[in-house]
Formats: sequence, C-alpha cells, structure tokens
Amino acid sequence: MSDVVETPKLPNSLRDNPRLSRWLGFGEGGQVIISPGKVELGQGILTALSQIAADELDVALPRILVRTVATPNSPDEGVTSGSLSVQNSGAALRHVCAEARMIFLQVASQASGVAIEALRVEDGIFHGPNGPVGSYWTLAERGLLECDATPGRRAKPPAARRLVSISTARTDLPDKVFGRPRFVHDMRPDGLLHARVVRPPSRGAQLLELPEGELPGGARILRDGDFLAVLAEVEHDAQLAAEWLAMRTTWAERDTLPDENALAEWLRAAPHQETAVVERGDPGEALSVRCLRASFFRPPVAHASIGTSCALARWDGGVVEVWSHTQGPYNLRKDMALTLGIPEEAVVIRHVEGAGCYGHNGADDVALDAALAARAAPGRPVRMLWGRADELGWSPFSSAMLVDVQAGLDEAGCLASFRLDVTSNGHSSRPGRGKLPTLLAASHLAEPFAVPPAINLPAERGGGAQRNAVPGYRVPALRVGMRTVTEMPLRVSAMRGLGAPVNVWAIESVMDELAVMAGADPLDFRLRHLEDQRAAAVLRKAAEMAGWARRQRRDGFGLGMGVARYKNLGGWCAVFAEIEAEEVVRARRLWVAADLGEVVNPDGAANQLEGGAIHAASQALKEAVRFDRRRVTSDSWENYPILRFSEVPEVEVQFINRPEEPPLGAGEPSFGPTVAAIANAIHDALGIRPRTMPFTPENLAAAMETA
Amino acid sequence: MISFTLNGALTSLDLPDDVPLLAALRGAAGLSGPRLGCAAEGCGACMVLLDGKPVMSCTLALGAAVGREVTSVEGLGDFEAPHPLQIAFLKEQAGQCGYCLSGILVSAAALLAADPDPDDAAIRRALDPHLCRCGSHNRILRAVRRAAAVMRSDVVEAA
Repeated sequence: MSDVVETPKLPNSLRDNPRLSRWLGFGEGGQVIISPGKVELGQGILTALSQIAADELDVALPRILVRTVATPNSPDEGVTSGSLSVQNSGAALRHVCAEARMIFLQVASQASGVAIEALRVEDGIFHGPNGPVGSYWTLAERGLLECDATPGRRAKPPAARRLVSISTARTDLPDKVFGRPRFVHDMRPDGLLHARVVRPPSRGAQLLELPEGELPGGARILRDGDFLAVLAEVEHDAQLAAEWLAMRTTWAERDTLPDENALAEWLRAAPHQETAVVERGDPGEALSVRCLRASFFRPPVAHASIGTSCALARWDGGVVEVWSHTQGPYNLRKDMALTLGIPEEAVVIRHVEGAGCYGHNGADDVALDAALAARAAPGRPVRMLWGRADELGWSPFSSAMLVDVQAGLDEAGCLASFRLDVTSNGHSSRPGRGKLPTLLAASHLAEPFAVPPAINLPAERGGGAQRNAVPGYRVPALRVGMRTVTEMPLRVSAMRGLGAPVNVWAIESVMDELAVMAGADPLDFRLRHLEDQRAAAVLRKAAEMAGWARRQRRDGFGLGMGVARYKNLGGWCAVFAEIEAEEVVRARRLWVAADLGEVVNPDGAANQLEGGAIHAASQALKEAVRFDRRRVTSDSWENYPILRFSEVPEVEVQFINRPEEPPLGAGEPSFGPTVAAIANAIHDALGIRPRTMPFTPENLAAAMETA
Repeated sequence: MISFTLNGALTSLDLPDDVPLLAALRGAAGLSGPRLGCAAEGCGACMVLLDGKPVMSCTLALGAAVGREVTSVEGLGDFEAPHPLQIAFLKEQAGQCGYCLSGILVSAAALLAADPDPDDAAIRRALDPHLCRCGSHNRILRAVRRAAAVMRSDVVEAA
C-alpha cells in the first residue's frame, strides 16, 4: 500500500463547485464573506464554518459574514442533513480559505518583493519585516478568486489552528434572545399578503363542492384540483377565512390507511423489495448453542417542529422568488420547477431560518403552497403559514419500522451468529432526487403528480432503513437484510437518524440479552466483541461517567447502555441512561461520550449531542403518530405529546477529542444509543424487555404478557 | 380602538377586541418575539406577560389587554440594555433554533420577579407550559439559575 502515491483530491463539495469566488469574498468594510452551501437549522453550523474560515485566513472571527444560501449563485451542496455539514462544507471552506490565503500571499510577495516565507498574516493584513505590505482587502479588486480550486493540502496542520476546538458563542443566538426578526415567519416586505392552506379533511379526500358566500375579511379562495387556499390582506382574516372554508367545503372521503393497531402485521404483509445488506458466513448454519429471537417495532413518528412551516413567494413575470427554511435549496428548486411546469432558472430559492426541523418536515411543502398562492397575486409577496394540525398531520413522518433479530452464542459464550432483517418504508422523500416531485401539494393539483414511494440511499451513502443495521461487533456469521415497503399509505421521509434509532435499539437490546445468556456483564460482553477501538473508548468513557462499575441497585431505578458508530461511517457515541419506573417510566440522567474526530466548536457539538439525546428520550418514551383509517388523529400537542421540562433528564456530555482526525457531525450520533440505553435501563429496573416504542405503560404491559 | 401599555409604551390599535392578542402583537404592533406555535395553548411559544403574569397570547382576546400592561421578550431588554436572563441565556448558549426562547424568557422573568431563589422543581414547573424540541432544556434551566444568582447579587454580567 505504501508505494501507491495517492492523488490529492478536492473535497466533494468543492469538486462540484470549484470556483473559489463562489465560496469566498472580501467586503469593502473589512469583512470576509463566506458562502457555504449548507444552511442554519438551529444547529449552529454557520458559527462552526465561520471559525474554520477565520482560522485558515488568519482573520478575527467577527470579520466573517455568512451569505446564506440562495440559488443560483451559492454552491450547491445538496441537502443540509445526515450530520455531514462540518464534514463536507467545513472541508471545502477550509480548502478554499487555505488556497485563497496562499494566492493572496503570492501576489503580495511579488508586489512587495518580500519573500513569501517572510510574510505573516495578522487579522487579514500581510506583514513583512518592515511593516504591512497589503491585505486581503487591498487586493480584493484583482479577481484573484476567479479561478478553480486545485487539489493539494495547504490547510494548517491541526497544531497551528487557533480558532477551532474552542467553544465559540453562536452568532445567531443574540437575535433569538432579544426577539428580533430572524425567522422566515418574521419577514414583512411591503405589500405582503397572507395565505393559509385548507387541507383535505383526510388522506385521499377529493373536493366536491365549495361553499357559497363571502369569506371573512374579503379573503379570496384559490383552488387547483384538491389544493385549496385563501389569500387576504390581513393575516388574521386569512386565518378566519381558512377556518370558515374548512367548515363548509364538501369532500368525498375514503379509507386509505391501515389499521394502526395491526401496523406491524401490515408491514410484514405489504409489497416490498428485498436487499441483502451484508452476508458473511451463514447464520443459519453457524453453530450457536444458545439462540434468541426478538422483534422490535416502532410506529411512525413526527418531526414535531415547534414553529409551523412557513414560506414567502412572489411572482414577477415568469419567475418565482421563494424564501424558505428548506434544508436543500437546489433540491427544492428542482421539484418546484417540475411541479409548476417552468424552467429551474425561473425559480429562485432564498434560505431564511425556520424553527428546528430535525429532518424533512413541511419546509419544502409549504414553499410550493406559497408559490401556488402567490401565483394568484402577481408582483406581491405572499406569506403562507401552516397551522399546528398541518404540521403534525401532513408533514412527512419517519416510517414505522420492524426489526427482526436472531442471534446466537457459541460454547464459549461468544457471539457466533447474528441475523437482522429490517422492514420499513424508505427513509427519504426529499425533493429534487427523482423524476416526480415529492412536494405535498403536487399530488393535490387538478393535474396531479403521482406520489413516489420513499427511497433508501445505498449503505455507502449512509443508507436509510438499513442505517446502523450492521452491528459493530465481531461475529463470524452475519446476515443483514432489508425489506423496503413500496406501498406508502402515510407519506414518510427523512428524520434525525433515519433507520438508525430503531436498528441501534434492536442490536443493543439483543447484546444485553446475550450478555445475560453468557453470564457476562453487559459492558464486558460488548467490549469483548468490539474491534473498533474508538467505539470501545467512548463506551468505557461513558461507563466511567455513569459509575457503571460501582453502581448500586435502587428500587424502581435502572441503568442501561447503548453504543454505536453513527451510520457505521460517522461519529462514535455511547450513552448510559438512568431511568425511574413509577406509573410511567422517566429518564432521569443520561451520560453521553462521543468521538467526533476534530471538534470545531465543542460547546456547539455538546449542545447538538444533548439535543439528540433528549429528542431520543422523548421519542422512546412518548411519541407515536396516531391515525384511523382515513386521517392522522395526532395533529395537536395534546395528541402528539413530547417531553416537557418536568420530564427531561439531566444530560452530561464528554468528548474524546482527536484534533488530527477529520471532523464528524454531532446532530445524530447520540440518538440511537439513547433509545437503546433507556430500553436496557427499563429491563434493569423492571425485568421487561421493551419490544414496542414508545415505552409507555401500555406497551410495557403488553411486553410483560408476551414475555 | 384598543389601548394598552406594550413594553412600557402606551399603544392604541384599531382592531376588533376579539382578535387574538398574538395576532395583534405580530401584526399591527409589528413585534417578532411572540411566536405562533399551535394557537391552542399547547406550547408556550406565544407567551407574554399581562400585568406581570404569563399568559398565552394565541387564544387571549385583544380586549383582555385594555388598560393593562403587556410585556413581550422585546420589553425585557435589548442588545444595549439586556435583562440578566437574556445575558444568562447567551452565556449558557441556552438554545438551538431559538423559536421557543421568547416565550420561555418571559415566563422565567415572571418567575424570578415572584421568587428570586427558585429551586430546580420550581423552575421546571414554571417552564412546563413551554415546549422546546431542540432539547436545550438543561441549558435553559442553568441559564435561569444563573440569572437568578446574578439578580440576587449586586454583580452585573456583561453581555
């Protein structure tokens, strides 16, 4: 291997968008303007990217201005998802800034006659032995960045970096604590009109008849097939008009949804495609002296953003400009163009922040709704805002999942065979990836588009339902299979972790059970089977934080663990959970240890890991999308409860920092291990193995009966 | 005409008295802080103070504010003169997307005005009407404790 000379490659995002000026510019007021292709979702990404840019350029952090993504000029970095933003956008910006620094220093050296080695950069000013010889800004007019990035490593070595691996205050947070306009919901351009959508009362309902009479506040009705919306000058009038219309419109309804009480059976019987994810040895033949089988089920769950989806749109001639909290501006542009029947160049998408989304929620759908409404008022900006029932009832969900595991031990008590089959709809209906648009209203129009079933990305791109379905433990015979259900009664798409939370829960539950069968401590049993030393290191660290070795049994309390390398490609994370089982199970404390390689903004990354762990605790203990044969019934906070302040566990986070290793994302790695740790802690406290999420008294009681 | 005191200034809005207070604040009054989350008193994103007491403005009729004092997050403080809670939230980096923070900040301000030294259970109780989906709860709890300690002392934290 060592005699092969590796050709240096550009980071992927840069290979796709090589022009340096697309990423970087220098403003007249002494600013450095960076243009990443990733967007702020409340995860603090723009702060971390600013740190990387300032560090490579040797400028002070406050000089950095981030230009938020807008088509067509921003780099196209696809979707901001999968805990990949620091990894991809960070690598691209680091390369761009390092190369730009070199180019500028070469020009400054030639102009001043000072050797490049004798130049140093202090807050953007180039100093020679006899004083300053220029700066980024004195050379900004020369067009030096109008060239393509070239491969090669110029970035600083980790030891020379000064502004990364340091906790840095989020640049977006001050606006949010002072209540200043920041979100797309807060935009108030002149001439603004307000729109609301009136969704069908149930899935598959068809509009039969609109009511007669005047709408409140002189609002207008817009109809295109089964797409119905109202438009008004005053926001409250739009709201009243939508309520008025919803009560009086006649629809033909029919049953389209499976029985929610038999969803696991429905999943098993539904049409599907089978894929072998991994086959190694033959788990059927392997000599397992002791075997166990278990099935794990999670109902669909919702993103449940706190803010409802919102977008602004304005038509000007044949061009529509859209302000959106989408995760993928270019992807949205493609599906908008497809749906509206106009060229992509006639759609301009400008990213503006929304509430946290945790995946593909209604952000893209509402953008199409806004464009459809705005088409009726050319030249005027229109703000479309969803209500809570739209958000919880019509956003894409994360698919119901079923995971069947069969595993066995050999005579020595070691893992001999492992078979896992995951059955689920696909985990992505993101726009911009297929021949058909995936936006909600596209299937409601008078000339409707068929709804394509959600897809699973291949495993090397992180997978979907099969994400983390391959255990990270040493096992001679392994078979992992995926059944992608091709019928999609409830629209589903990407949500934090995709298939990982359920797969990690299943694998880590089985590991606990196997440890019991082997008469081993569950920590020792895992460590014995972990070849990946970075996984072992986070597990040991979390065990130490939780005091696993010196734990003492307390009535009603339980302690459990879970560990995984996210996607088998990303960050390593181990979680220990302490739960208290009273009438309901409460998560009391979580200890999270993670290895994310280089951590650019430690406090920001800790915030993400904490958030992922609390989100996971909420999903594990409380969340399920409810429905009858026609409609989603969990369309309010009352019917879709999430964890509240009185219920949230304390969370402690520690890192194993590896500045020499590439940075890995923080938003998702703690999710699966937290679900698993809570399930294992429940067993520790109650002796019940949870097999159905959420771990409510009803589901735990059912598990006790079938045990 | 509906007249009330909004963030310390006498305000008159030409709106029917049955318009929700939230619609009036975000609409005619031009505020951004109070936010729409559910319009059903389920999440606390719209919380404001009415004569110092937290109320959900999404369902409260504007008429209920006549002659009274309404305080939103903008009224707690601004960048030049921040409230100790706003400083503490920045110090603790207590937020992610931030959509829930306006409501949480006013509830916390009401709590600290009534109880300068609340214990953990009291803080959780006061914030229980508020949902945060990003999972910033522990940071928010720390920030409230931090602000309480600062407000009890003579120390002023710099923003």
